[in-house]
Amino acid sequence: MTRFTINGKAIEVDVEEDTPLLWVIRDEIGLTGTKFGCGVGMCGACTVHVGGRATRSCVTPVSAVDGAEITTIEGLSAEGNHPVQTAWRDLKVPQCGYCQSGQIMQAAALLQDIPEPSDDDIDAVMTGNLCRCMTYSRIRDAVREAATAMKEERSNG
Amino acid sequence: MAKLKLPPRGEATAELTRRGFLISMTAAGAAFGFPRAGLAAMDPATPNGVPATPAGNVYEPSLWYSIDGDGKVNVNIIRAEMGQHVGTAIARILADELEVAWEDVRITHVDSAEKWGLMVTGGSWSVWQSWPIYRQAGAAGRTALIEAAAAKWGVDASECEAREGKITSGDNAITYAELVSEGISRSFTEDELKALPLKPVSDLRLVGKEVTALDIANKTTGKTIYGIDAKIDGMVYAAPLLPPTRLGSSVTNVDDSAAQSVKGYVQTLTLDDPSGTVPGWVMVIGETFMAAQRAAEKVKVTWAAGPTADVTEAQIQDHGRELIANPDVGSILDTGDTNTAPVFESAADVLEAEYTTSTVLHFQMEPLNATVFQNADGVWEIHTGNQWQSLILPTLQAALGVEADKIVMRTYMLGGGFGRRLNGDYAVPVALASKALGGKPVKMVMMRPEDVLFDSPRSASVQQLKMAFDAEGTVIGMEHHATAGWPTEVMIPGFMPKGINDEPYDPFAIAGADHWYSVGAQKVRAISNDLANATFRPGWLRSVGPGWTNFAVESFMDEAAHKLGRDPLEFRLSLFTAEGRNAGSAPNAIGGAKRQAAVVKRAAELAGWGEDLPADTGIGIATSFGQERDMPTWVACAARVKVNRETGEVTVEKLHLVTDAGIVVDPDGALAQTQGAALWGLSMALYEGTEIEAGNVRDTNLDTYTPLRMIDTPEMEVEFIDSAEVPVGLGEPATTVVAPAIGNAIYNAVGVRLRSLPMTPEKLRAALAS
Repeated sequence: MTRFTINGKAIEVDVEEDTPLLWVIRDEIGLTGTKFGCGVGMCGACTVHVGGRATRSCVTPVSAVDGAEITTIEGLSAEGNHPVQTAWRDLKVPQCGYCQSGQIMQAAALLQDIPEPSDDDIDAVMTGNLCRCMTYSRIRDAVREAATAMKEERSNG
Repeated sequence: MAKLKLPPRGEATAELTRRGFLISMTAAGAAFGFPRAGLAAMDPATPNGVPATPAGNVYEPSLWYSIDGDGKVNVNIIRAEMGQHVGTAIARILADELEVAWEDVRITHVDSAEKWGLMVTGGSWSVWQSWPIYRQAGAAGRTALIEAAAAKWGVDASECEAREGKITSGDNAITYAELVSEGISRSFTEDELKALPLKPVSDLRLVGKEVTALDIANKTTGKTIYGIDAKIDGMVYAAPLLPPTRLGSSVTNVDDSAAQSVKGYVQTLTLDDPSGTVPGWVMVIGETFMAAQRAAEKVKVTWAAGPTADVTEAQIQDHGRELIANPDVGSILDTGDTNTAPVFESAADVLEAEYTTSTVLHFQMEPLNATVFQNADGVWEIHTGNQWQSLILPTLQAALGVEADKIVMRTYMLGGGFGRRLNGDYAVPVALASKALGGKPVKMVMMRPEDVLFDSPRSASVQQLKMAFDAEGTVIGMEHHATAGWPTEVMIPGFMPKGINDEPYDPFAIAGADHWYSVGAQKVRAISNDLANATFRPGWLRSVGPGWTNFAVESFMDEAAHKLGRDPLEFRLSLFTAEGRNAGSAPNAIGGAKRQAAVVKRAAELAGWGEDLPADTGIGIATSFGQERDMPTWVACAARVKVNRETGEVTVEKLHLVTDAGIVVDPDGALAQTQGAALWGLSMALYEGTEIEAGNVRDTNLDTYTPLRMIDTPEMEVEFIDSAEVPVGLGEPATTVVAPAIGNAIYNAVGVRLRSLPMTPEKLRAALAS
C-alpha cells in the first residue's frame, strides 16, 4: 500500500511497488492529462510535480513517492489559469498538444526555481521536453511571458 | 479498395460536394445523422470530448453543418485534428459565408459513417479541398435564411442583409436562432448551388483574421482526449509481442507458463489475421496495462523468421543503385520532352551527383494505440486516432470478417500524425484480439520500442541526377533517377498513376523531382525499391517525397551554379522562365514558376544574400513548390549556418522562410505549421536518421534517436506573400526546403558538399578531411 496526496487529495493505492507512477496516475487514479511518450524519461510528456520538483513519472516507481505531494496538470490550477497555462493559450503554443501537459509542468517548476530565467536557462531546462510538432519557439516565448506575468503578480500582491 | 475514389485532383472535391448536398435540407427537429452521436464523434472544445446536444429545432442546410434553436452552428469536420487546428480553419470558411459570429461556432470531428465520403487527412490537402465545399455550404445556409426572412416580411431577398447570425431589412431584424426555431426547410439543386453568390474575398470577415482555435484551451489543461485515453467499461489490456520481421514470420511456439504467476494475467493470443496485416503477432492480455506488460516479459515466443531477417540498410541502398543502373526499370513521368539521351550525347559538359537519405522514423509523441470492442448493436467500434479512415476500414473488415456497416471508427485527437496514422494498421491486432475474446473491449498501448519497430518509416533513398550543358554553359537537359520504398505501392497500389511508359509510380516517392525549372529535355524516373518494400512498410512521412527529392534537386542546382561559376540565386532565377509547362494554370497554379522565383528571391533578400559573413559562416538558399505540381505551395528558405571545423558540428543561426500559399485562411495556424514544418526539415537535415539492421530499424527510443530539441532551435523569420489566389496546403511545404538550404549553406561556409542525410558531424569531418 502506497499513500500520497495528488492535487491535494489523499490517495492510497495497492499496486506493486515498482509500478511507474505514470500508470498509477493514469490507470489507477484516472487522471489522463499526464502522458506516456518514451518510457525512459527522455521526452518529458509524463512530467508531474513531486514535492514541487518536476519529475518524470514514467521512470519513478510509485514506492518512491510514498508520503509525497504530487501535482499533475489537472491540479496545477483549479481553473486552468496558472500563468504558464494562460501564456500557453495567449501565444497559441499547442499544436497536437500531446507533450504540452509535460511542457507546462516543466515550465511551471522552472519559474518556481528561477523566477526570472535567462534565455539560456529556458533552453537548458526545457530542452529535456521533446515536442514533435516543434513548437519550441512559442514555448520559449510563452515561458518568458509567464515569467513577466508572475513578476507583475508578485509586485502587485 | 476499388470503391475508394481518391484524388486525381479536383475529383475528390467534386465528389464531396455532390455527396454533401444529396441530403436535402430537413425540417425542424432533425437530429444528427448517426446514432450514438455522443460516442462516435468528438468536439475538441468540450471537457469530455462529447459534442453538445443541439437546443430546440435544428436546421441542417447540408451534411456539413447544422444550426440549432439557439443559433449555435455545429460544423462537421471529416479531417483529423493532429495539431493543425484543422477544424478551426475549415469551420471559419463556412462561418464566414454563413455570416455567423465565431463565438457561435462549434466543431465536431465525425465518425466514419459512409455518408462522409472519403476520409483522409494528409497531403496538406485539407484547407485546399474544403475551401470550395464549405464556402458553398455556408452560402447555401445564408441564402436559405435570407429567403425565409424575406418571405416573412414580404420583401425581396436582395433587400436583406445577413451579418453575425442576424438578418436585417430596413427596420426588420430577426436572428438565425429565431428563424430556425420557427422551422425552416429549403433545398437546392446542384445547379442552384453552383450559382450561389459567394462573398468576394475582400469581404471575408473570418478568413485571414485571428480567431481562437477551438482545440487549444483543452490542450493546456490536460482535458483533451487522445486515443491513448480511450476508456471502455470492462476493457482488458493487450501487450503485443512482435515477430522478428515485419512480414513473413510465423509463430512456432508460445510458452506462457512463467506468466501464470503474474497478478492480473489473463491469457496469450496468437493472432489469426485474415487481412495479412500483422503476421506472427502475439498479444498478451492482462486485466491492467501493467499486468499485461509484466506478463509479456515472461511469455516466451519462438518464431520462424521471415526472409528479410538479415537485411541491412546498405543492402537496400546498394539494391537501389542496381535498380537505377538498369535502364529498363521504373516509371517515366510526363515532364514534356523526356528524350534526354541525344541531349546528353551532344552535351559540351555534364554534371552528375548522387544523393542519399537514411531511414527516418515518425516518432509521433503519442505511441500507437487502439481500443476495440463489439457494441450492443453488434457493431465493432474502433477507438483510435487515425488520419485515413477510408484506407483502413476495408482492412479491418477483412480482419474481422464483417461488412462495412458493422464497423465504425471514433477518431480521437491525435498525439501527432505526421503521416504515421495514415496507415491505420495498429488497429488491426486489437480488433483481432477483441474478436478472439468474443468482442470484449481490448485496449492496446504500444511501448515505445514496439511503436518504433512497427513504424512505417520514411524509406531510405538513392537519387542520381545529371545535367547537360552546351558550349556556352546553358542548361540543355536534366535527368533525375530516384529509388526508395514506396508507401503507396504497399498500402494502396490502385492509387498510383502511370508514367508515360505505362508503368505505375508512387507520386509520394517522386513528386518534387518534376520541378518548375525549365531545363530543356527532362527525364524523371521513379523506381520502387522492392527490397525496402519487403523489409518494412514504407510510410508517408511529413512532406513525403519532396522531403528527400528536393534535397537532391536543390543541392544539385547549387552544385550546377557553382560549376558554372554563377550565383546560385541568379542561376535559379534564370531557369524559372515560367514558360511552356512551367507557365502555370488556373485555378491552383496561376503564375507558375514566376511565383517560385518570387519567394526564393525574397528569402535571399531577407537573409542578406551576397553580404560579407564571418569565417566558416554561410548562407544557403533552396526553394520548392511544396508537395505536388497540381497544388503548388511556393516556398523558399535561406539558412545561415556556422560550421565548427574541428567537431563537424553545424549551428543553424537563422532560418528565413517565405511562402506563397495563396489566400492564408488561418494566419496563426499558417505560421505555426510553417514553423513546425521547417523545424521538422531541420531535424531531418541534421539530427534524425536510423538504419535498417537485421531487418528492423536500429534505433528504437530517444537514447539513440535524437530529434531536434529546443536548445538547437534557431531563430526563424517567416513571411507570407499577400495573395488572392486559391488557398493551398501549409502543413508540409516548409519541410522540403530546409535540408538543401543547410547543405548549400555548409558549402558556402566551408566549401564541402554533403550529399547524404542526415548531415552528421562525422560526415562533415570526413568531408573536410578529404
